[in-house]
Amino acid sequence: MSFNAYGVWAIYRFEMARALRTFWQSIVTPVITTALYFVVFGSAIGSRMTEIDGVAYGAFIVPGLIMLSLFTQSIFNASFGIYFPKFTGTIYEILSAPISPFEIVLAYVGAAATKSMVLGLIILATAALFVPLRIEHPLMMIAFLVLIATTFSLFGFIIGIWAQGFEQLQMIPMLVVTPLTFLGGSFYSIDMLPGIWRTISLFNPVVYLISGFRWAFYGVGDVSVGISLTATLGFFFTCLAIVGWMFKTGYRLKA
Amino acid sequence: MQPVISIDGLTKTYASGHQALKQVDLEISKGEIFALLGPNGAGKTTLISTICGIVTPSTGTVLVDGHNIQSDYRKARERIGLVPQELTTDAFETVWATVTFSRGLFGRAPNPAFIEQTLRDLSLWDKKDAKLMTLSGGMKRRVMIAKALSHEPDILFLDEPTAGVDVELRRDMWALVRGLRERGVTIILTTHYIEEAEEMADRVGVILNGELILVEDKTKLMKKLGKKTLTLNLQDPMQAVPTELAEWKVTLKADGNELEYVFDANAERTGVPSLLRAVSDLGIGFKDLNTAQSSLEDIFVSLVHRDKPARPSTGEGAAS
Repeated sequence: MSFNAYGVWAIYRFEMARALRTFWQSIVTPVITTALYFVVFGSAIGSRMTEIDGVAYGAFIVPGLIMLSLFTQSIFNASFGIYFPKFTGTIYEILSAPISPFEIVLAYVGAAATKSMVLGLIILATAALFVPLRIEHPLMMIAFLVLIATTFSLFGFIIGIWAQGFEQLQMIPMLVVTPLTFLGGSFYSIDMLPGIWRTISLFNPVVYLISGFRWAFYGVGDVSVGISLTATLGFFFTCLAIVGWMFKTGYRLKA
Repeated sequence: MQPVISIDGLTKTYASGHQALKQVDLEISKGEIFALLGPNGAGKTTLISTICGIVTPSTGTVLVDGHNIQSDYRKARERIGLVPQELTTDAFETVWATVTFSRGLFGRAPNPAFIEQTLRDLSLWDKKDAKLMTLSGGMKRRVMIAKALSHEPDILFLDEPTAGVDVELRRDMWALVRGLRERGVTIILTTHYIEEAEEMADRVGVILNGELILVEDKTKLMKKLGKKTLTLNLQDPMQAVPTELAEWKVTLKADGNELEYVFDANAERTGVPSLLRAVSDLGIGFKDLNTAQSSLEDIFVSLVHRDKPARPSTGEGAAS
C-alpha cells in the first residue's frame, strides 16, 4: 500500500498558503464578527437575561457561536478549495497526478478543517476576554471540535464538487446551514421553546452538534451527549460515503 | 522496440453521446517523438486526457510502461508529464511555488536544485518570484512546461504546445523538445501546425473523427504520399495550355508565366522526360525549372479530404 505523502503535503501547504494570503478574510473577519456578537448579546443584552441551566447568558452562547463559525468556515474553505481549481481548470493537474482520491480528500479536507479549528480556538480565546468561561470536559471539547470541523469540511468538499457556479457554492451555506444553526440552539436552549417547536427542533441535526459541544463546556445539553456524538458520527460517515461515491463515479470531476 | 505506451481498443463516448474515440490502437516506442495531427474536435485532446487520467475511458486498455492506467495509475502517472492546451494557472501563486507544488504533487521529494535548473532552461529564473497573473501568455506557457517537467517524467505530453506563441518561444520549444529527446524522454505532441510535426516528429499519426486513420514513419509517409510538382518558368506567357500537353494535365500559373505539372515521385513513369520532350517539340521556351516535394500539410489536407465523402460532416472537426 503506497502513500503519496509529498502529494498530500503539497496540496495541504498550498491550501494553507491560500489562507495566509487572504489573512484578513480568513481569520480577522470572522473574529471581528464574533466579537460583535459577544459585545451585543453577551455584554449588552446578556446582562439583562437570566441564566440558562445555571450558565450566564454571555457564556451560554459561546459554544454555539464557535459552532456557527466552525460550520460556515469549514464549508467555505473546503468548498472553495476544490471548486476553484475546477473553475480555473488547474484541476487537470490533480486529476493527472499519481494521487489517490483518499489522499486528495485528506489534503483538502485536512487543510480546511485545520483552518476552521484554528479559527474556533481563536474565537474561544476572544470570548474569554468578554465572558467568564469554564470547560468541564476539555478532551471531549477538542474531540467535538475536530470531528465537527472535519465533517463540515467534508460536507463543503461535496458542495465544491457539486457546484457549477459561485452562486451554488454559497447557496447551501446561506440557505440551509446558517438558518439551521440559528434555529439549532446557538442563542438559546431548545427547552425554552413552546412544545411543538421543541419537537420540530429535534429534527434539526445542528441541535445535536451544538448540544454536544455545549455539554463539553458546561456539562449540560439539550440532548444527552451520547446522542450528540452518534448524530455527529452519523453525519461524518454519510459525508464520507458521498465523497467516496463521487470519486468512484467521477461525478462532476471527470468526463 | 519495447513500447512505452500501448493503447488497445480504446473508445470514449461522452455522456452527451458524442463518440470522441473509436477503437484506437497505438503503440509509442521509448524515446520517440510522436506527432498527433488532426483537425479541431478530432479527438486529439480526448486521447491525451484519457492516457493522463483526466478522462475515463469507455472501453479498452492503456498501458504505460506495462502499468495499466486505471488499476495501476500511480505507477503509470508518475512517469508522465502533461502540458495541457489551455493556459490554466493559479493567478496568485509565484512561479517558484507552483512548480515546487507540481513536483510534490507527483510524489517527488523536494529538489530545489532541479527546479532551479528547469526554470533556467526555460528562461524563467528571473521570474521565479513573480506572481503568475503578472506573466505574459508565452511566459505562462513556459511555466506550464516547467510544471510538467518538475517531477522528471520520462514521457511528456504536449497538447498544442505552440498554439498562439511567438516565433522565439516556438524555436525555444523545439530546442527543448530535442534536448529532452536526447535525454531519452518520449514525447507525444498534438499540433495544428504541420511544419511542427514535419520539423520534429519521428512518427506521425493522423486522427479524424475519433479514428486513427494513419500512423506512419514521417519520412516514409512523406515519400509514400508525397507528390512532386514540376514548375517551368516560361520565356513568353501563354494564354492557354496547348492541346498537345493535355495528357499530362498541366496547368498554367502566375498569369500564364508558369506551367505546373504534378506527378507521383514514386511512380515507375513520372512523365517528366516525356513532358519535357513534348514541350521542346512544341518550341516552348523556358528560363528555369524546379521540382518541389509536397509538404506534410499537403499530405494531411489530401488525407482529410479523401476521407470526407465517406463520412458526411457532422459539424464536428474536418473543417479547420
